[in-house]
Amino acid sequence: MTGAIDLATLWAFIIAFAVFVYVVMDGFDLGLGILFPLFPAKADRDVIMNSVAPVWDGNETWLVLGGGGLMAAFPLAYAVLMPALYVPMVAMLIGLIFRGVAFEFRWRTTQSERNRWDIAFAGGSWLAALAQGIALGAILQGVHVEGRHYAGGWWDWLTPFSILTGVALAVGYALLGATWLVMKTEGALRDEAYRLSWALLLAMLGAIGAVSVATPFLHVQYTQRWFAWPNVILTAPVPIAVAAVTALLLRSLAAKRDYQPFFLSLALFALSYAGLGISMYPYIVPQSITIWQAASPANSQLFMLAGVAVLIPLILGYTGWAYWVFRGKVRPGSGYH
Amino acid sequence: MVLMFEGLDAASLARAQFAFTMSFHIVFPAFSIGLASYLAVLEALWLWTGREVFLNLFNYWLKIFAIAFGMGVVSGIVMSYQFGTNWSGFSDKAGPVIGPLMAYEVLTAFFLEAGFLGVMLFGLERVGHRLHFLATLMVAIGTLISAFWILSANSWMQTPSGYAVNADGQFVAADWLQVIFNPSFPYRLVHMVLAAYLTTALVVGAVGALHLLRDRHLPGARVMFSMAMWMATLVAPIQILAGDQHGLNTLEHQPAKVMAMEGHFAGHPDGAPLVLFGWPDQAKGEMKYAIEIPKASSLILKHSLDAPLKGLDSVPRENWPPVAVIFWSFRIMVGIGFLMLGLGLFSLWTRWRGRLYQTRLLHAFALAMGPAGFIAVLAGWFTTEVGRQPFLVYGLLRTADAASPMAAPAVGSSLIAFVIVYFIVYAAGLTYLFRLMAQPPHHSEEGPRAHRPASAAGITPAAGAATEGAAR
Repeated sequence: MTGAIDLATLWAFIIAFAVFVYVVMDGFDLGLGILFPLFPAKADRDVIMNSVAPVWDGNETWLVLGGGGLMAAFPLAYAVLMPALYVPMVAMLIGLIFRGVAFEFRWRTTQSERNRWDIAFAGGSWLAALAQGIALGAILQGVHVEGRHYAGGWWDWLTPFSILTGVALAVGYALLGATWLVMKTEGALRDEAYRLSWALLLAMLGAIGAVSVATPFLHVQYTQRWFAWPNVILTAPVPIAVAAVTALLLRSLAAKRDYQPFFLSLALFALSYAGLGISMYPYIVPQSITIWQAASPANSQLFMLAGVAVLIPLILGYTGWAYWVFRGKVRPGSGYH
Repeated sequence: MVLMFEGLDAASLARAQFAFTMSFHIVFPAFSIGLASYLAVLEALWLWTGREVFLNLFNYWLKIFAIAFGMGVVSGIVMSYQFGTNWSGFSDKAGPVIGPLMAYEVLTAFFLEAGFLGVMLFGLERVGHRLHFLATLMVAIGTLISAFWILSANSWMQTPSGYAVNADGQFVAADWLQVIFNPSFPYRLVHMVLAAYLTTALVVGAVGALHLLRDRHLPGARVMFSMAMWMATLVAPIQILAGDQHGLNTLEHQPAKVMAMEGHFAGHPDGAPLVLFGWPDQAKGEMKYAIEIPKASSLILKHSLDAPLKGLDSVPRENWPPVAVIFWSFRIMVGIGFLMLGLGLFSLWTRWRGRLYQTRLLHAFALAMGPAGFIAVLAGWFTTEVGRQPFLVYGLLRTADAASPMAAPAVGSSLIAFVIVYFIVYAAGLTYLFRLMAQPPHHSEEGPRAHRPASAAGITPAAGAATEGAAR
């Protein structure tokens, strides 16, 4: 277990990678659900749904990898965090059920019933996004651990901070959804998506700012991590990069580019995510359990590492192919046909 | 709502939640494992023979598959998080062994299915026939790989092997091959995959029978009915043999489960009777009103009339599983198994007489058997899962010690929430599935999206794809 990077750290990066891929991939399709109420026309909704219908299931699989991988690589963290996040997790699952089935159900029914599944799609997406953001905030603020168990109550997660992160994540997902629509649609729908992208970008910057300001107040360790010398040399580039990406994103929106807004929004997510990583490392349950304490035995982590090394590139390959097959603009009526 | 759970303990509510969500989940994988393979066969037959009827049937069942698969996915995500929310003791202790098996399921199966599903559902005109067939094949293979890993994980909980226990009290793998290929795994895998195939065959057969009852000349209905009846004829006897072997394996590794299945409270030193029916009284430890065939149980389990068989009285009371559930669910499963065999033989006889498409009694029988596979699958899982009680990892980790330290109201409220949500979603999903199945398969049957008026109005799939390509 010597060397620059040990097994537990490597696995922390793998889990973080899986969760990040989930956040950006399901992020934009949850974002579409969040924005759904703003597009009341059936034709627009059909296009929006069709733009992710072939890929949403794959996007959600990363969530299963994040959860399953956490259980396998850091079982103690999984065993402590899931009870601590009981209510947000159940809410997220219920949200995902409603929005997931809506993809097929809304095509199989009459107009009035379709409206109900549209509500299920939007409501489920909102619920899942808020619950994930709240879970994130609840993890950052720390949970009560005794021995190898969660020892808090089932409403401990509910604080102003976790509500803030819940809203922040929903706003971020909405931005991903809006810029995805810019990329995948045309005409009036795309114009509306541009307008939304402006507003949502400003809202997301506000959310990033609010979370960044609030986080150091949670624990003195967060403050030291970000502002103490010499850490600041390593942490200062993060806000600077956020400013740079924002400038590029504003320019791409002004120039009405198709692809840049989406990928720059992804970059904004990546930077925020890196910021979270900087705050948390090396804890997996902040201030209670480190990645080494939570790690499963080396032979479990090694057994999976062999699979991950071979399979993740393969998965990225065929997932990329599926996106490539359904590339380009989605048109009303024709869908992907 | 909170007060009503005060009398119940969190572990019992967690078990109820697992049983409920699992029962609603398992029927969809059972169906989609079989249906994915059936779709691959239909597409292969279409590509090979060029007969349109196979393409029509492919598109017909593809629409149904899309709904069933989606419902399986969303109810499956619930399962993968429930290990943490309700069973954190299990996650902590068994995570190092079970976790990697499930991680491999995600990496080798879920991504494969999800990655190729979009192309399978919507991509026929975009990627061409051969590549599309590859996508269908990948989805079908993915469902089977998924069954491999999850049944390995479940089997390890039934017959743990290849493990050690570390200083933190966690199970860790000593030998991964022994963990994966634990003693009950091969039997369980074969039994479950065959069950999935039979379940699907019965659904396909029932839909075919329904449309034959309405119009016995309908080509699509004839083809699917004939294929389904071949499946029942050939696989039902194999399944009965596989189930018998699985039972013998269980007798070797989990004797208390077999005692409960057989209803043997007392031991029989010189040949145990086969209890056909009876009323198990767990508190008194006896079988009431038993109707028995003398020595038949010894004949089945030991292949000898006079072989001794122990009873539950040889097992400490605190290790008894709940006998009545196991006793009855086992009989339901076996009974349905023999009904399937009967259906298969009946269809073989009418086929031989050249009356497969004319015998209305056969069609009515097949229609009635439509849901039988699901009931058998559930009954079988109740037998084996309840039969593992009171342990979560058999003989090693008690269910009561594996639950999360959650307050009963939290587990109870989430149980109620899931019940409400599942009833809404499943009621709707079943309605849509039945609506699709009530339509006869017809000429130029369309895929999952093409039925919309907008796309029917002049834009053929190929033209749509061509415009798309040109616009790039």
